[in-house]
Amino acid sequence: MRDLTSAPVPPLGEDDHVRGAPDAPLVIVFADFTCPRCAVTAERLQAVRLRTCFRHFALRARHPRALATALAAEAAGRQEAFWAFHDALYADQGRLDDPHLWALCERLGLDIERFDADRRDPATLARVERDIGQALRAGAATTPALVVGDELHQGAPDPTFLADVATMKQFGYREKQ
Amino acid sequence: MAVIAPGTAVPAFELRTEDGVPFTNLDLEGRTTVLVFYPFAFSAVCTDQFQVYEEVVGEIRARGVDIYGVSTDASEAQHAFREKLGVTIPQLSDFEPKGAAARIFGAYFEPGGMTNRAIVVIGPDGVVKASYLAENPGVLPGINVVFDLLAQGA
Repeated sequence: MRDLTSAPVPPLGEDDHVRGAPDAPLVIVFADFTCPRCAVTAERLQAVRLRTCFRHFALRARHPRALATALAAEAAGRQEAFWAFHDALYADQGRLDDPHLWALCERLGLDIERFDADRRDPATLARVERDIGQALRAGAATTPALVVGDELHQGAPDPTFLADVATMKQFGYREKQ
Repeated sequence: MAVIAPGTAVPAFELRTEDGVPFTNLDLEGRTTVLVFYPFAFSAVCTDQFQVYEEVVGEIRARGVDIYGVSTDASEAQHAFREKLGVTIPQLSDFEPKGAAARIFGAYFEPGGMTNRAIVVIGPDGVVKASYLAENPGVLPGINVVFDLLAQGA
């Protein structure tokens, strides 16, 4: 049985999905592609100068497509299209069924057969569940949950808060890596 | 109000299951039980909390632990809440007399007239093994708190 007692969020790893200016403050976002608050958060994060790391917090009870879309994004990531897929899912949360995902793959020029095989790969599930486990051990109790320095912030962040983080005004900010 | 302390034998109390059947301290015997007190069914924060807990409820049960949600909502409202969330964690009602059981556990928030956000782990012998009370009902304990309390009480 896995250990789910409290533990700090691990620092960035080689397989993390990270974008943004390398010298900008880092925010780790635990989020779900079916969650409207997560979509708002993704938009707000793009509006400020931050380095963002996306980790999955796909709750099975939240939405029937939560886990499926997380696996699909990981599969797209294996074809170097994680962020394009991420942005497209959040841009149209009403279209998350398989035919929509295949159409998205076509639009992004992905190999659909490979995409389908990759999202069913047990290693893909393990990757997503690893992220979810990190969120649970850090005390995340809602989506999204943001890690700024050593602090966990629950729910969609206020734009002012993100602007403060971007300018490193947010108290308690400390770069992890 | 201080939450019930570890080492305390759970006093007599009575809650109601979603079917309206009494659930008392006698129902705790022989099982490790986690009681999750929360303010209100259908509030946004409580919704998040139980959907997060549901993610690992199988791992809680695999440890031989029973987990319940407890609030002052009526059984019918709790049942509808659980169904709406799509979670399997059974709910216990402290509706009438309102908050009587929560007060016994030190898990009632007098200023709000509602259950506070608290977690109590009770051993198979009916003795409290570990307990947690949030600073205020707006503080949302993650499932890590449940596992920390289970580890403390082991």
